[in-house]
Amino acid sequence: MSANLFNYLLKLGDDRVVMGQRMAEWCGVGPILEEDVALTNLCLDFIGQGVSLLGKAGEIEGLGRNEDSLAFFRDDMEYKNTLLVEQPNGDFAQTIAKLFFFSTFDIIFLNELTKSKDEYLTAFAIKSLKEAKYHFRHSSNWFLRLGDGTEESNTRLQNAIDNLWLFTDELFDMDEADLELVNLGIAVDLNIVKAQWLEKMNEFFTLSKVKPTNPDCFMIKGGRKGIHTEHLGKMLAEMQILPRTYPDAQW
Amino acid sequence: MENNKETQWNLWEVFVQTKTGAPHEHWGSVHAPDAELALQNARDVYARRQKLWSVWVVPSNAIIATKLDDNEPFFDPQDDKVYRHPLFYKIPKGVSLDVS
Repeated sequence: MSANLFNYLLKLGDDRVVMGQRMAEWCGVGPILEEDVALTNLCLDFIGQGVSLLGKAGEIEGLGRNEDSLAFFRDDMEYKNTLLVEQPNGDFAQTIAKLFFFSTFDIIFLNELTKSKDEYLTAFAIKSLKEAKYHFRHSSNWFLRLGDGTEESNTRLQNAIDNLWLFTDELFDMDEADLELVNLGIAVDLNIVKAQWLEKMNEFFTLSKVKPTNPDCFMIKGGRKGIHTEHLGKMLAEMQILPRTYPDAQW
Repeated sequence: MENNKETQWNLWEVFVQTKTGAPHEHWGSVHAPDAELALQNARDVYARRQKLWSVWVVPSNAIIATKLDDNEPFFDPQDDKVYRHPLFYKIPKGVSLDVS
């Protein structure tokens, strides 16, 4: 049971650490100062959530690992994030599409998680839901403006959707350990989340004048099992080099 | 300047209320393509480190301001004319100062 919960927390935490690191890559190179600040604010939200989840995971594992050791001293094959979040930022449209897919998932998921029987997860969900609502507001507003904007912004968003769509279904994957936690009332049944997520997507695709060219395409998965695309290793190399070179470095 | 206009979004002035009932105070400005994103940008720039109660954004070009040239005619308080100040007037005897 505690091994199941440890793995569950890792999956949730790794999604957020990787989302946060990707948003951090916009720092100083955002398309305009205000959006630069907005994206790095989101980064800090995701990193904060990741710190909490990985810290709790380390505590439950009981082997003396904390959030830093879990974030900086695991290799890509030990990371359990979905493939979607590790995809490169690409242009602004791709960043927004990824953020929109993930934050829409997040508001539905966290809302379900507030009903968890695990006290920590309930508290985490209530706190993070406030942040996720803003992430959704910001990303959905941009999603609409890019889709229903100029010919170029529409084309870029359309390309972004087609680049990312095949990674989205993994957000709703559950393995046997997850299902045990669902039956105990601790984890969220992602089938419920998926139905609501698809509904939201269709609503916004209509409004934004974009949609996946091939919505029923083959869905690529593997991140939850540690089988990642080539992009995660490069991202982690940059993220982890400092603590691995100077393990006792302090701010 | 002409080039700037094409690459920058419109400017919005940001007014912030830190608690209910307090006045909205001018805190600065942000660039944004429209009102909703101006609110979001104001939130991201100004509301991150302090709890706020309410934020207004106003298109900067909607503000009508005085010019430096206006200063003399607008703002000379004419305090050389003593009768413009209430203290110039003597209170007649018999008028009670106690207003409570």
